[in-house]
Amino acid sequence: MLDGERGEAVALAMRLLTELGRIKGATHMIDIESAHIDGCIFYGQAGLDYANKLVSLGAKVVVPTTVNVGSMDLIHPGLVLEQTEHERTVANGARKIMQAYADMGVNQTWTCAPYQADVRPEFGKDIAWAESNAIVFANSVLGARTDRYGDFMDIASAITGKAPYAGLHIPENRVGHLILDCTSLSDRVKDLDILYPLLGYLAGHYAGTKNPVFVGLPSEIHEDKLKALGAASASSGGVGLFHIVGCTPEAPTLESVVANPSAIPTYVIDADLLQTTRDEVSTAIQGSKLDAVSLGTPHASFDEIKSLVDELSNGEQISPSVKFYINTGRTILKQATEAGYIKKLVDHSVQVVTDTCAYTAYIFKPGTKTVITNSGKVAHYVPANMGVDVVLATLAECVDSARKGVVTWDSDLFHG
Amino acid sequence: MDKTISGVPLTYGKASGEVLFLDEPISFWGGVDLDGVIAEERHQQYKASCVGKVLVMTSSRGSSSGSFCLMELMRKNLAPVAIVITEPDGVICTGVLVGKETFGMDLPVIKVKLADLAEFKTGQNVTVLSQIDDAQAIIKAS
Repeated sequence: MLDGERGEAVALAMRLLTELGRIKGATHMIDIESAHIDGCIFYGQAGLDYANKLVSLGAKVVVPTTVNVGSMDLIHPGLVLEQTEHERTVANGARKIMQAYADMGVNQTWTCAPYQADVRPEFGKDIAWAESNAIVFANSVLGARTDRYGDFMDIASAITGKAPYAGLHIPENRVGHLILDCTSLSDRVKDLDILYPLLGYLAGHYAGTKNPVFVGLPSEIHEDKLKALGAASASSGGVGLFHIVGCTPEAPTLESVVANPSAIPTYVIDADLLQTTRDEVSTAIQGSKLDAVSLGTPHASFDEIKSLVDELSNGEQISPSVKFYINTGRTILKQATEAGYIKKLVDHSVQVVTDTCAYTAYIFKPGTKTVITNSGKVAHYVPANMGVDVVLATLAECVDSARKGVVTWDSDLFHG
Repeated sequence: MDKTISGVPLTYGKASGEVLFLDEPISFWGGVDLDGVIAEERHQQYKASCVGKVLVMTSSRGSSSGSFCLMELMRKNLAPVAIVITEPDGVICTGVLVGKETFGMDLPVIKVKLADLAEFKTGQNVTVLSQIDDAQAIIKAS
């Protein structure tokens, strides 16, 4: 491939993979089953120049390839602000870079959660995925194997079908490095949706880029909760793989992922720590005026949209002073439209954002000061990225706050 | 007398500049602004410019979109001229490798031993040489 026999684009991509493989200490290249591309978000002209160069050299993907969110909602473009010069630059760049990846033959999913609707990698298969939440979900919940790929190498793997044998492709690198002990939590707390982004946030904090192992959690946990855990752990830290003993596929027992549990650090997670962590993550105070609700980071699943419809159905309308957003992928949008849920959301003044996300595109209106979310990832990034205050809450608290127009949460949620 | 620190070549090239020593890792996504200045308020080198510097630190951290942002700084000629780190940092190296393929620009990145990092001090003049099987940083005597 390096000699240009399969074209200049393949040769360029193979040079990149070979060099990265050398840097990571890989012994050889392996075949991959699928790729997920993150380089389609617009952070500047450089990424567009690279994508256009690949297109001009004739690049085409050779394995099933999904794409992450872009910086534009192609289905509802009016939702993305294009008022300032910077906003217009980003919106125009976003359209062009999304088109360049489309030209390379990707499946135009434009979602950060391709694993819930578009492609479901099998246990033990090697894949080359970028986007931190998708990486951690594929490795941990599905048991597929991907290293933590970033922008640019993702498409290089997609157009060659190859990846360096390094990192989390290697079984020895998939063992647990630290234990998070949740046994002291009550069954009620273990059932709370907010528990999972908080556990993720703590795991990222303790683990950095190592593999955390949870003990003391239920054997059946809805994958939306595991999605929230993974996304938060890959935001506060760089977690690419977690195990939950008795729940996730590579960890039927503690011994299957940790040879000698007493030789690695153990951190105890209790109700006090959860309380403190939620207070630390939230930058707004109880009773603040609420400007916006942001759900669906990572992109909402069909079940999450249904839960929101159920939550909104029994109670009063949301306050007219609050903007209510839920982000999802276009495949889920279609399914939820057919099921009648999207019409119900629109009837409740909820704006459905697709193809992008309220924290990567300019969705929040000027003057937005306080946002409530059920996403640990949004809570981690939004204060710095968007300059707004944020509160991490349960779905029920998000809806309740939206009805009152004021930030409201249970300050003693984790005890009892 | 000049002092030579040997290391491992991660990306290739030759460059000279003034050292900017970072006491803690930095994310090129969010941690460094569009003008190449450290923008993270809690960072000890907050407001220091990376432009044209030999950046010395243990590693980068945070989002893999750091590759994109480093490459954007290269495109605008606002990147460091060389980077000295202690880990085979995939995020930094990816940005540099793709920058070379797209713009034909070199930015040598070398890996040195953690113990050697203390030899570098902000303001020193350093030349970084990185080629196949050989990498060194030459610290000019002040």
